[in-house]
Amino acid sequence: MAEALLQVSDLHGWYGESHILHGMTFEVGRGEVVTLLGRNGAGKTTTMRAVMGMLTKRTGSVRYQGRELIGLKSNQIAKAGIAICPEERGIFASLSVKENLLLPPRVKDGGLDLEAIYRLFPNLRERSTSQGTKLSGGEQQMLAIARILRTGADLLLLDEPTEGLAPVIVQQIGATIRMLRETGFTIVLVEQNFHFAATVADRHYVVEHGHVIDMIPNASLESSRDKLKAYLGV
Amino acid sequence: MFELLGVPPQALMGQLLLGLINGAFYALLSLGLAVIFGLMNVINFTHGAQYMMGAFVAWMLLQYAGIPYWGALVLVPVIVGATGVVIERLLISRLYHLDHLYGLLLTFGLALIIEGLFRQQYGSSGLPYSNPIPGGQNLGFMFLPWYRGWVVGFSLAVCLVTWFTIERTKLGAYLRAATERPDLVQAFGINVPRMITLTYGVGVGLAALAGVLAAPIYTVNPTMGANLIIVVFAVVVIGGMGSILGSIVTGFGLGIVEGLTKVFWPEASATVIFVIMAIVLMVRPQGLFGTPR
Repeated sequence: MAEALLQVSDLHGWYGESHILHGMTFEVGRGEVVTLLGRNGAGKTTTMRAVMGMLTKRTGSVRYQGRELIGLKSNQIAKAGIAICPEERGIFASLSVKENLLLPPRVKDGGLDLEAIYRLFPNLRERSTSQGTKLSGGEQQMLAIARILRTGADLLLLDEPTEGLAPVIVQQIGATIRMLRETGFTIVLVEQNFHFAATVADRHYVVEHGHVIDMIPNASLESSRDKLKAYLGV
Repeated sequence: MFELLGVPPQALMGQLLLGLINGAFYALLSLGLAVIFGLMNVINFTHGAQYMMGAFVAWMLLQYAGIPYWGALVLVPVIVGATGVVIERLLISRLYHLDHLYGLLLTFGLALIIEGLFRQQYGSSGLPYSNPIPGGQNLGFMFLPWYRGWVVGFSLAVCLVTWFTIERTKLGAYLRAATERPDLVQAFGINVPRMITLTYGVGVGLAALAGVLAAPIYTVNPTMGANLIIVVFAVVVIGGMGSILGSIVTGFGLGIVEGLTKVFWPEASATVIFVIMAIVLMVRPQGLFGTPR
């Protein structure tokens, strides 16, 4: 693994009174694509929100580029260079497509410019004046990914980007993720669909009851298939 | 001169102008309420008291510092807006995790305290504030006092600038987005709590601005806000809670409706807005311009 960009150790997280994460520990190297696999309710989405600082309470350690982020608020964490594409996509209905795209402020240099994003997602250019939520599900997902590419964030947290989408769109998103990896982005991906995860990721962390129970490199996914099936209950 | 349904045109136009003046205040006040409610989900019952404070601070600036109306027009929204910032930071911000009802009770209590303090200090008989642009123009069909024309034109301009800022600028995009998903907007790197504080300050500043505009027309009185705010809340409900365009259009529109009612059915003029409110609530509960929540 390359130099660790994100180091999460003994991360606990709460939604109000309910204690969801029980000591998540994992690392993501610079330039890697890592997935969090697990059943519904295992704590994958909560982990993403905890890294981003979006929970009511979190303890433990989240180090990014060697810097401790655990005491920071989510707007400060964004400025450190982490960006989230939430599970429900979070497209704003009262904003046009272009306003949605331009909403997240630049946190540092090095993000894609608007022209590059439009080349990547031509549909967004065509529909730039439409209301954000009038797009199809696939287009909304593209928009949710596209808008965090211009900010200069190095680490992208993509929460189930393929959920509920047609196979052809899923393929397109897979190609996009591979392209982003080549561009130098580091990605943490939450997935239910490990067939899809296997086509884009370097390593997989298996999450259960709010902590990591196993790590499987993508190369040995085939040989670990039975074990993984038991973990995921598929 | 012609007569319309037996009403002389002077009376009709005079009431229309009065309606427009009232409408200007309804629009400015409900605009501030809409901005605050949209982002904060707080029904700001202190709004009437803050409007009254605007008029009083204008009076004090003139009385104690010799600052005339035009200076007050700039300074008062800033001063009263700053008190709003303090109130939001110290008090309202502690209630966001609770039910809306708590914000309503807090701001209602604050309104009573503020009005009580002013009544204690200045009595309830009212203080005069002289008209900065006396005189007017006879338009043939009616007499237009300059100051009233100024109030209508200026408040319309303020409404349009506010609408443009919220609907057409980057800052407005942050506000609209934070209204939907404050957590996500913050996770994109925007300091949402600070934005909320400033928004409350701006909303309160709009109320204070309306207060300055009102000072030369109505007497400066501790209860001037309490009387007006009830009608303004009806306007907000008719326009749709949190809708910017709704508060502007219904503010001016209902002022005119009220003015016309005074001409054709004077007895009903005090209740016509509430009758419309009841009908709107039955037919379209989210308000004319509101979206269902």
